[in-house]
Amino acid sequence: MTTTSETVNGAAAPESGPVTGSATPAAAEPRTLTYSEAVREAMAQAMAADERVFLFGEDVGTYGGAFGVSGDLVHRFGTERVRDTPISELGIVGAAVGAGLAGMRPIVEIQFSDFTAQAMDQIANQAAKIHFMLGGAATVPMVLRAPGGSGTGAAAQHSQSLEAWFAHVPGLKVVMPSTAADAKGLLLSAIDDPNPVIVLEHKLLYKQSGPVPEEPVRVPLGETAVRRTGGDVTIVATGVMVSRALEAAERLAADGVSASVLDPRTLRPLDDQTIVDSVAATGRALLVQEAPKTGGFMSEIAARIVESPAFGRLQAPVSRLCGLDVPIPYAPQLEQAAVPQVDDIVAKAGELVRRW
Amino acid sequence: MTLTTEAGRAKHALTTMWTIRRFEEAVDDMFARGLMHGTMHLSIGQEAVPTGACMALSEGDYITSTHRGHGHCIAKGAKLDAMMAELLAKETGYCRGRGGSMHIADVATGNLGANGIVAGGVPIAAGAGLAVRMRGGSQVVVSFFGDGAVNEGAWHEGVNLAAIWDLPVVFVCENNRYGMSMSVDRAFNVDTLAERARGYGIPGVTVDGNDPQAVHDVVAEAVQRARSGGGPSFVEALTYRWKGHSKSDKNLYRTREEIESWRERDPIAAFEAVVTGGGAAGSASSEVPTLSESDVEECRTLARDRVREAIRTATAAPDADAATLTDAVYAPAGESIAGGTRG
Repeated sequence: MTTTSETVNGAAAPESGPVTGSATPAAAEPRTLTYSEAVREAMAQAMAADERVFLFGEDVGTYGGAFGVSGDLVHRFGTERVRDTPISELGIVGAAVGAGLAGMRPIVEIQFSDFTAQAMDQIANQAAKIHFMLGGAATVPMVLRAPGGSGTGAAAQHSQSLEAWFAHVPGLKVVMPSTAADAKGLLLSAIDDPNPVIVLEHKLLYKQSGPVPEEPVRVPLGETAVRRTGGDVTIVATGVMVSRALEAAERLAADGVSASVLDPRTLRPLDDQTIVDSVAATGRALLVQEAPKTGGFMSEIAARIVESPAFGRLQAPVSRLCGLDVPIPYAPQLEQAAVPQVDDIVAKAGELVRRW
Repeated sequence: MTLTTEAGRAKHALTTMWTIRRFEEAVDDMFARGLMHGTMHLSIGQEAVPTGACMALSEGDYITSTHRGHGHCIAKGAKLDAMMAELLAKETGYCRGRGGSMHIADVATGNLGANGIVAGGVPIAAGAGLAVRMRGGSQVVVSFFGDGAVNEGAWHEGVNLAAIWDLPVVFVCENNRYGMSMSVDRAFNVDTLAERARGYGIPGVTVDGNDPQAVHDVVAEAVQRARSGGGPSFVEALTYRWKGHSKSDKNLYRTREEIESWRERDPIAAFEAVVTGGGAAGSASSEVPTLSESDVEECRTLARDRVREAIRTATAAPDADAATLTDAVYAPAGESIAGGTRG
């Protein structure tokens, strides 16, 4: 019942070499949902299938979630299983750890991923380490969902991309869905997983629509999606950067530059083989992330590439295009300048191909 | 339930306290002789709290513990050889040598684990209570912590969640007067830590933590309240650690006289006096002693022998194996260990 999602988000449908790894029913119009509806549907299906699954967090009940993701779930599952909490991130993440240890399957929503800083002890010192510290004698099955990313004018404490914080901690799994189908399929896999899984959703994607299977189709953790194939350069992107990379690839194609676009989807576990294979074929790698450059996850991917046999096939330096090393600013023109835009990806990828 | 006038319970309480004492002394000794590495936090002088509290629990009830957690583990029924093996870095230890003293857990007996982070177990206890509540179960969670934890944010958040959701949790504070070197007199602006309970709308009571009967009485009442849906409670047990915080402690922050005055209030000696009819000052003594001198000696011997046997067994066990070091970072798909069972 497991399949790989190969859908592409938003308007950026691939023209050259769309990849369809798994069988796609050629029948009627596929049903579309927004990314946030897809997240909600995953939670609803998981709760309907397993009494141990429940959602709790700030304003997830009647309010429907700060970004409307939980929506009407409280009316469908009641206030016990869709549980409003006080503003108490450390407490509620700790309660998720305890509930998971004691046999439940909690999903915690943290309203903005920035607020995980309040809960970091329970995430990094407790959830991540308990299974190991106890020599494998207990598990902490829990999912922490949190929206990240800039582009909403919410400034420095509500706009960060913190995936590298979590990916640095052994014991956590880290997921970054970039399409509606993946938002559902990866979340279902995260709920199934016996380990703590951090799911970083992106605010700008919540209202984007895409085809989403009605059935609870799992997207396995640890499989990089090839969103587009091209021979000149491999663009690796995460989160909202995936759709920007696809749009950039369209424009590059018009200029005669053919780009592959890869979306790791999960940072831990990371399917680096698919990335390395692609770079070995194209000889060039452009790694795009919204997070600040220094110590970011694309640095890890760069290292994996240069440590691999793809090193011998490189025709250009492995290159990163990242957010600036600044807190996310408020003014729209400043905010835009702080993170990669489509123009930046086109320019950087074009330069890599033409100069080398 | 009286621990002092019924021979079986008196023996159980006394043997448990002596087992904790002998275990900690053995660990202290092995450390001094270089046979054990890492760091340790000993609970000598505090044995009455876990003993009195855990005797109020039933099978299936949970506890969360602390960095000073050997006593909780023993009182909840852990296997001494697996504990000792863990401290000796053996593959047969509770954590296969991955956790050491600060991370011993025994999920089978409901011990959700010691914790190296002060107050780390408090919200976890609330979460375990939430799981019980959502399953419609009747278990209770006892969360042990020290006075230091009561100033941590995690403590406040965990207690508040348990309070607003009426969760079946009993918060048991072992107030041993110091958070490492910081005295409670300097760390709090309240007369008793139990006053904090009022801020969360839950019952709070302060008891003599060196009297297992006193601890037992208030914890049993709190457990009963929690089990019958009456929500959480806070118990502050006043006690004292005889040894330093950890290996590095030179006791610069307290006087020899202070330590000596608490040693004179030895919870084990006081309990022995009561159950043998000697009657410690202020305690009720019965006409007919609950235990004879030879009963007491039997408890002491049993505790000593158990600890010796644990050391023997643990010492002979294979060392933790680096070949499998990365195995348990993640649980394999499909594996979920919960509710005291594996797989």
